[in-house]
Amino acid sequence: MDETKIPIKAENDVVIARGTGRRMARDLGFGTADQTRLATAISELTRNVLRYAGEGVCTITEKSNDDSVTINVLVEDHGPGIEDIDKAMTDGFTTSGGLGAGLPGTKRLVHEFNIESRPGATRISIALTRPKTSEHTCT
Amino acid sequence: MKIPILKLKDLLLTSIQEDLTDNDAIVFQKDLIEKVNRTGVKGVVIDITAMDMIDSFLARVINETANMVRLQGADVVVCGMQPCVALTLVEMGRELIGVESALNLEQGMEKIQALVASPSDTDSFEKESNGRG
Repeated sequence: MDETKIPIKAENDVVIARGTGRRMARDLGFGTADQTRLATAISELTRNVLRYAGEGVCTITEKSNDDSVTINVLVEDHGPGIEDIDKAMTDGFTTSGGLGAGLPGTKRLVHEFNIESRPGATRISIALTRPKTSEHTCT
Repeated sequence: MKIPILKLKDLLLTSIQEDLTDNDAIVFQKDLIEKVNRTGVKGVVIDITAMDMIDSFLARVINETANMVRLQGADVVVCGMQPCVALTLVEMGRELIGVESALNLEQGMEKIQALVASPSDTDSFEKESNGRG
């Protein structure tokens, strides 16, 4: 099991996190479409950490078994938390003047999406999985 | 990191070659708008071939930049979006709404030249009004 922890404290950490996710996805045999989906999802989640919590941690982990390869990303912070998760998962909802596609858009990019949030602890985990036999390509 | 913006006759040509932080994107937007204003060009081509990811923030900045350029009376074409980037943007429910786009730089140049050459709606309206008067 390969694990990489990236502290998210400044804007450039968002760039580092999404680049690391893309490289790991590529090294694990994911196609360019999935690499792009993962990099984009990580970018959305880590930006949210900076914007709402100030800082946090992004942990990217490989979890594979005999049949499939999974890349898991956990983004955690100790910020104020998401007050209403259902609302935050609605297209067009935003509390920060953004376009409001962040969380629901991210969910559509990945195979697994879990969110837990209370004041002082927000954890969002996402995962992409591919069968070991095939590799997805974009076009 | 500064993104070069080149003036070519009555056009500005720029190519985003780096992985942008949010602040880089905002600085680029400001630079481009100021340069459109300073030079009075009629068209802007933004090449995004090298961008391997556009998330909701970058999509918003590109959209807004195109709108700001248009408000200054110039046309904009965004060209070279990678297929996987287009796929991801649409899956997220995000598009570059209302932004003229082209497959690559060559087609982008053809498109902007056609846009700049064609009279705008305002011009044709004025001509029509003058004709009647």
